[in-house]
Amino acid sequence: MIELENVAYSYGGGELLSDISLELSSGSFHFLTGPSGAGKTTFLKLCYGALMPTAGQVRLFGGDVRDLGRDDIALMRRRIGVVHQDCQFLDHLPVADNVALPLMVSGYEGGEQAENLRELMSWVGLNARAGALPPELSGGERQRAALARAVIMSPDVVLADEPTGNIDWEMSQRLLQLLIELNRMGKTIMIATHDLNLIRAAKSQVQARVLRISQRQVQLAGADL
Amino acid sequence: MWLRWIKRLIVLLLGDANADRVVPPTGYTARLTLFSAAAMSFLAVFALAMSLATGRLADRWGEELARTSTLRISAPSEQMAAQTRAAIRVLETTPGVERARALSDEEQRALLEPWFGPDLPVESLPIPQLVEIIETEDGYDAAGLRLRLSAEAPGAVLDDHTRWRRPLISAAAALRSLGWFSIVLIAGTVAAMITLAANAALAANAQVISVLRLVGARDAYIAGAFVRRFTQRALGGSAAGAVLGMGAVAMLPRADTAGGFLTGLGFEGLNWFWPVLIPPAAAAVAYVATRAAARRTLRELP
Repeated sequence: MIELENVAYSYGGGELLSDISLELSSGSFHFLTGPSGAGKTTFLKLCYGALMPTAGQVRLFGGDVRDLGRDDIALMRRRIGVVHQDCQFLDHLPVADNVALPLMVSGYEGGEQAENLRELMSWVGLNARAGALPPELSGGERQRAALARAVIMSPDVVLADEPTGNIDWEMSQRLLQLLIELNRMGKTIMIATHDLNLIRAAKSQVQARVLRISQRQVQLAGADL
Repeated sequence: MWLRWIKRLIVLLLGDANADRVVPPTGYTARLTLFSAAAMSFLAVFALAMSLATGRLADRWGEELARTSTLRISAPSEQMAAQTRAAIRVLETTPGVERARALSDEEQRALLEPWFGPDLPVESLPIPQLVEIIETEDGYDAAGLRLRLSAEAPGAVLDDHTRWRRPLISAAAALRSLGWFSIVLIAGTVAAMITLAANAALAANAQVISVLRLVGARDAYIAGAFVRRFTQRALGGSAAGAVLGMGAVAMLPRADTAGGFLTGLGFEGLNWFWPVLIPPAAAAVAYVATRAAARRTLRELP
């Protein structure tokens, strides 16, 4: 799915990530942890082609990201659902339209898509809030809407950046259950988080690898988690 | 191929409901585009009218003056009639002269009236006798005619209008070129203004663009939403400006009532078709300018 080989990323003269090799195989579940500013978001951006590595190679579905044109990367992003910590909605559109945005930009139309959207909104428990504008949603609702948008194209991979950063424990658990459910459907999941309780809660339910970014490198976390 | 272009044109004019909803409208860029397109089209109508009018003027002067000449006979009053008859005889036997006639006192008075008033006693003043010469298509040999006249009517001076016709025609041609140059400048200004407005709209919507890229929108989709919006605004604003401009030109005094050059500014017959082309041209300029601005901006984004 996504492979990184000796990847490094530098910005402003400093190296943020160094010599990272990793493979996210189909159906796997990963957590990426580390202190704030360690480079978790940068790592995720490398994984969906929003940043180009300054050294090494990132392969998305077999193709070197450097060889991909802008349109190819856009098409690739339809196969990689991304949930941002700040969700990134279009605030002038209702929640349902925000969730359906990947369908709209891909040119999908018609009743089948509308049915899928209703099912998805129901799955994340937001049917009643479909007509609300994003600023009217609570933190948990925003994260669930962002997750719904990330999976509406039925992507192979879901990358979530601090998805539980701004929500309470109960809502975090609910969101985690949705991600575990997706993994059981065969999706590859990677969650970047500094919430160790969330990782512990997940590990009791799913076979997950925990990676830690430390000193610019990604390492497999120990049993202390 | 053609079908694809027609489909794109329809989408461009009618819009794509989904894509157009995605990019929120930004008030001041919309007003800026509408106003600048309307104002520039209004000016373009006048530049076009000036260009076409000076073109007509140059053609008319060229045509009319090229086929006429004037003979001026200055002689003592007792010889005036004889020299005039002699000059007319010479002219009537000159190949290339279709007809020649001496202007009557009334006609000469009418020519001098703008300067001296209607009561000028032409008969008592030492005014030269004027003879109007109408040439054939082929024209006459001016040098040969001057030689013959110097022998038969020594007081006759031939003016074939070349001396002052040339600068008038070149002035009219220069005015015509200036009109077309103005239209090119106006098109450039429209392109510059729309580029600025499109850049402002793109900058104001940076977050929208970032979200669209995140969910897999291609550059063509994102650019299309902006291009459609600015093309439609330019078309609408330009149509309003062109209609106002055409109305203003139509209300100018007619050339035949006042007779001057400036009052001849306007469109005649099928020339009214030309200003109708201004709105589609403005829309085309907006399309190209916004497309270039959007693609340039998008290329700089991850």
